[in-house]
Amino acid sequence: MIDQEKGYVVFTEEMKKTHTILVPNMLPMHFKLISRVLERSGYKMELLETSGPQIAETGLKYVHNDTCYPAILVIGQFIDALQSGRYDPDKVALILFQTGGGCRASNYIHLLRKALAKAGLGHVPVISLSLAGLEKHPGFRLTVPLMMKMMYGVLYGDLLMSLVNQCKPYELEKGSAQALADRWTERLAEEMSVRASYRRVRASYRPILDSFAALPMERREKVMVGVVGEIFVKYSPLGNNNLEQFLVDEGAEVVIPGLLDFCLYCVYNNLLDHKLYGMQKNVQFAYRIAYRYLVNKERDLIAAMASHGVFTPPTLFTHTIQLVQGTISMGVKMGEGWLLTAEMLELADKGVSNIVCTQPFGCLPNHICGKGMMKPIKAKNPDINIVAIDYDAGATRVNQENRLKLMLANAASKETRVPAGAAKAR
Amino acid sequence: MKERLSLGIDIGSTTAKVVVVEDGKIIYERYQRHFSQVRQKTLELLTEAAPYAGERPFTAAISGSAGLGLAEGAGVPFVQEVFATGEVVRRLEPDAGVVVELGGEDAKIIFFEGGIDERMNGSCAGGTGAFIDQMATLLNVTADELDALSLESARLYPIASRCGVFAKTDIQPLLNQGAKHADVAASIYQAVVNQTIAGLAQGRRITGKVLFLGGPLYYCKGLRRRFQETLKLTDDQAVFPEYGRFAVAMGAALYAESAGGTYTMAELRRRIEESVCVRSEENLLPPLFASQSDYEAFRARHAAATVREGDLASYTGDAWLGIDCGSTTTKAVLLGADREILYTYYSSNRGNPVEIVREQLEKIYRLCGDRAVIRGSAVTGYGEELIRAAFGVDRGVVETIAHYTAAKYFCPQVDFILDIGGQDIKCFQIKNGAIDSIMLNEACSSGCGSFIETFARSMGCEVAEFAEKGLHARAPVNLGSRCTVFMNSSVKQSQKDGATVEDISAGLSVSVVKNAIYKVIRAGSADELGQHVVVQGGTFYNDAVLRAFELELGREVIRPAIAGLMGAYGAALYAMDAVSAPRSGLITPEGLADFVHTAKTAVCQGCANHCRLTVNSFGGSKKYISGNQCQKGLGIQSAQEVPSLYAWKRDALTALTPGAELRGTVGLPLALGMYELAPLWHAFFTNLGFRVEVSGLSTRRVYEKGQFSIPSDTACYPAKIMHGHMEVLLEKGVDAIFYPSLTYNVEEHGGDNHYNCPVVAYYAELLHGNMDDLERTRFLYPFLNINDRRELARELFACLEPVFPGVTKKEVKKAVDAAFAAYERHMLEVRRQGEAAVAWAREHGKRIMVLAGRPYHVDPEIGHGIDKLAASLGFVVVSEDSVCHLADPVPVHVLNQWTYHARLYRAARFACENKDVQLVQLVSFGCGVDAITTDEVRRILEESGKLYTQIKIDEITNLGAVKIRLRSLIGALEEKGV
Repeated sequence: MIDQEKGYVVFTEEMKKTHTILVPNMLPMHFKLISRVLERSGYKMELLETSGPQIAETGLKYVHNDTCYPAILVIGQFIDALQSGRYDPDKVALILFQTGGGCRASNYIHLLRKALAKAGLGHVPVISLSLAGLEKHPGFRLTVPLMMKMMYGVLYGDLLMSLVNQCKPYELEKGSAQALADRWTERLAEEMSVRASYRRVRASYRPILDSFAALPMERREKVMVGVVGEIFVKYSPLGNNNLEQFLVDEGAEVVIPGLLDFCLYCVYNNLLDHKLYGMQKNVQFAYRIAYRYLVNKERDLIAAMASHGVFTPPTLFTHTIQLVQGTISMGVKMGEGWLLTAEMLELADKGVSNIVCTQPFGCLPNHICGKGMMKPIKAKNPDINIVAIDYDAGATRVNQENRLKLMLANAASKETRVPAGAAKAR
Repeated sequence: MKERLSLGIDIGSTTAKVVVVEDGKIIYERYQRHFSQVRQKTLELLTEAAPYAGERPFTAAISGSAGLGLAEGAGVPFVQEVFATGEVVRRLEPDAGVVVELGGEDAKIIFFEGGIDERMNGSCAGGTGAFIDQMATLLNVTADELDALSLESARLYPIASRCGVFAKTDIQPLLNQGAKHADVAASIYQAVVNQTIAGLAQGRRITGKVLFLGGPLYYCKGLRRRFQETLKLTDDQAVFPEYGRFAVAMGAALYAESAGGTYTMAELRRRIEESVCVRSEENLLPPLFASQSDYEAFRARHAAATVREGDLASYTGDAWLGIDCGSTTTKAVLLGADREILYTYYSSNRGNPVEIVREQLEKIYRLCGDRAVIRGSAVTGYGEELIRAAFGVDRGVVETIAHYTAAKYFCPQVDFILDIGGQDIKCFQIKNGAIDSIMLNEACSSGCGSFIETFARSMGCEVAEFAEKGLHARAPVNLGSRCTVFMNSSVKQSQKDGATVEDISAGLSVSVVKNAIYKVIRAGSADELGQHVVVQGGTFYNDAVLRAFELELGREVIRPAIAGLMGAYGAALYAMDAVSAPRSGLITPEGLADFVHTAKTAVCQGCANHCRLTVNSFGGSKKYISGNQCQKGLGIQSAQEVPSLYAWKRDALTALTPGAELRGTVGLPLALGMYELAPLWHAFFTNLGFRVEVSGLSTRRVYEKGQFSIPSDTACYPAKIMHGHMEVLLEKGVDAIFYPSLTYNVEEHGGDNHYNCPVVAYYAELLHGNMDDLERTRFLYPFLNINDRRELARELFACLEPVFPGVTKKEVKKAVDAAFAAYERHMLEVRRQGEAAVAWAREHGKRIMVLAGRPYHVDPEIGHGIDKLAASLGFVVVSEDSVCHLADPVPVHVLNQWTYHARLYRAARFACENKDVQLVQLVSFGCGVDAITTDEVRRILEESGKLYTQIKIDEITNLGAVKIRLRSLIGALEEKGV
């Protein structure tokens, strides 16, 4: 029942034993690893893997239709699951990840509760998982060791995602890279549940890299396409109409910056709040530790990939920060904020000059840090080929694919095309 | 071996084009509408082309937005259409700087200079060719006639260029108000031009040699002229090549030469014939009727809902006339003494409702003879005032009341009325015999009856036939429930998947229904609507829509046999109830014989707003003026000064005059957050010894000045107008422009946090990145903490000192204190004025309206004078920030983390606590945050039994529709006795 003081249904300690916690699906590998970690801590977790048009439709039914598409999908996926008859609505809880901040995304959890009430499911507890600790649930406590384990899940997830993206377009046996990643996901989750230590994590990098390097592949020139954007539609196949698969099928190698960047961005913004506004004085110490911790972990991962030598490692966050200077201020911190601009510059810096910038239709921060920054990015990188794609319940795949095809056609012809100036001289 | 022949196929959203090129010369070309029969039409065109190829092999490729499916199915190489255009232009016009190509539903632009840049319209930008077609339908002319008309225009009306739906809602009232068709036609073209510039060029200027391609630009001479004039291009610079329509097909042919497949005609035909598309199952809906007997039962049930009819030819006695002059159709009903229907009329108003009503009155008088006497008359709908003025109709009645009157007569226990007309969706919840809440569609979702109608025509059917087809669809397509523009592309997608006309018709019906239920009514279940639901409006004549509604709701509803006439029927009933005069004041048959109607345009000189007026004269001194935002245009001066917080705030902001210049001039753009903080920054810089230039209130002209540099066309209008304000300041030649980035707004302790929305907070970053002209000045947009004076002084000093050496820390500190003193004075005065206005209203027995939005909504261009309109309807208008202190913070079910929005909730509570206060919420199109606030404000109000009214505003807002909304509110209040 709704806790009068807190104003929401609390996830109690008893519920830990009786309730299954449903997890929305944004990043399949990352979330599977994190779910496993939580399972071993005594929670019953289930990662939702449903798809199909009924999800958006259910969302549209219970959420204001002008709300951003990720909210419609996540809430739609939850309610669709609850109404499917697969779960006992009295034995289910939901979990949402929250970052907070001035973007309307901070309201997802409230919109979810409103939607549940509208659907007659108001008694279902919703756990807000946030580092800022916005809400308190006695049955769900994030301990430091638990958070560390979840962090390992992010590291593994980023590594596997990067490797799959680098192998998939070249694999001789279709689906072998993903299958290998899935096997690793299972194995690593199992391992972490027995004993998780950072030493073990580091030690696993090498065998993972070796196994991917051993996949039978055919090395061919492929067009590299970077994908950036609002976090949900960037990662979730449900949100972006299977963008990654589409690009791979069109003969491209996809480059997607990892989740760790986003974690670093969130922590770094708290440091900036102090630097820019003199706020958050008391917690600066903790944030500085967290920041250094994450930077070190990222450096280790990159070093492991670099010394292995077969795959391209991600870019250091500290380098990404350097790249963005002079294009957008780092005070822009709502939604993906300056990180989105930074990731486009990071891709360009790596030589990935074809970029898909994804956003939900009407995404407020992306007016500024996505579409608003394309002109200055192009001014710095004249060869860059960016296409902005809006995702929405009503936007059609045919329109999106047509624009993607234009970007790909331009990418393919870049080498063969005579520069405009030369054409004039003829 | 290179083939000498190459064939290019371009299948756009509405047309198919085929060219055959031999040695670089076109030997065959054909351009035809395909009415969604893509494969069939392509085969037809190939049959025609066959003699040109003979038995020779040729290379071929397919292009176009609807060509992808065909290409995949047939295994023929595909080339993206913008890319194809680029190929042609590089080959044929190597010196072109820019290419503008308009297609059926896409607009594209290619910049060749300084790095090739190819762009397509975003998903919200709507169609172009299809848009022109739709507009022609509205004017009841062919596309060719529209073009001919446009060449005779004398003036241009502003028409929204964001998307077709918006433009339509602008055009309809213009037509109903009697604007000249020639002027409207040219204005439609101008809207297309503006959209191309705002939506596609995005900060890049279209200059140099510009090539115009695509069907619409080939056929429409008027459109060409508008482009050329707007872009200020000479005849040498603006090139409209003969091959304009075929550019994409030619591009495909050129592409084929190097990358296409090689075929003979027979082989290519065979491939296309065999390219049977596999329909994906996931986007299909169940059929509307499971069996024929279901269908018959449905038919029989609805056939029972009829009204008694009489025969006017033999009727003797009193009669009452009701007219409903709607946005697309005009309806009339004549009732006898027993409320029997003697005469009805329902027809498209063909862009000239006055003439239609005149014809009808003539006919009615003829049929009445001297047996039937019209005792009273009433008119409702968009054209209410025009028709009333023209024909001396006794009464005007607001639509909602007319519809409720009719529905109540039909079903006395009615709980819910849903009316889907040509252009609007109106829903009323009835409780205790009075209208309890009114929901109307927003401009953005107005894809209703006229949408289905134009769609039916584009598929080559009449609307009745189209509906009939939908009833028997076996696998209706799921088209989503967004606005019509999105539906257009959903339809495109389903055609690609091989859906039949039947399936599309049924799918559209389901979409219209879902849009009404989930977007307008926002209902989660049928129970929210109640037991007795009456559906009406012309759209419900469409049995497919009716059936879809019943299925979606899971409940049987009543559709009166006169569903489309309910407004007129209600008006007639209203006339009957209200009039006791012996004879109606309606124009006499003699008067009708001498009736003349002319419309001319004028510009109001009443104030700086210069509204464009349409003056309708009906012979003698009878006149009807429209287009005015306030009463001044009608020559009426308000007798007493009614307080209005909107006017007061505007005056307070324009009173910020520049002081002495000691250090330099600083410009403040009066837009977004500056509307709130201008008094603060003005005092700050004045105190520091700067001359402060405020950019001033916005006008349309201000927006146009800056529209060239807007990178994201779906941002809200208050943000986009910012570009114009920057230009204004640049023209003034200021030393620096100041618009700080404020992640956090002023903390007012009204909510959980105090953020600004991302757009208000960071728009300066976007301006900096996209307005090259800002290099001419210094643009200062520091990140500031406005809630900590010491910190703020430190940050401001760090920002100013490098730019204006000599500024000291101490001075800045002092200026910050002065700034806050000024801001607090200002806010205190806002609240004091709010209280005074409330007190004045009570003293004079006036209704109070909290016109609740954001600080920037008081701008005359952003708010479109809605405050003045409300005042003219008898409201004392106060702003949300002037009364929110009169109520405590409200517990809300969402995260209440934005300062401006927290005021909304408190203002809503203030309305709940005071019987004489109503709240109307202004929402800017594209405001993502309001997707959250609107539901909450509505909940707060409705929980206290208050009516919720929302007005969505954008670049251009149709005040006619706003007026109907506000009058509906008044009507409902009167019914409730408030």
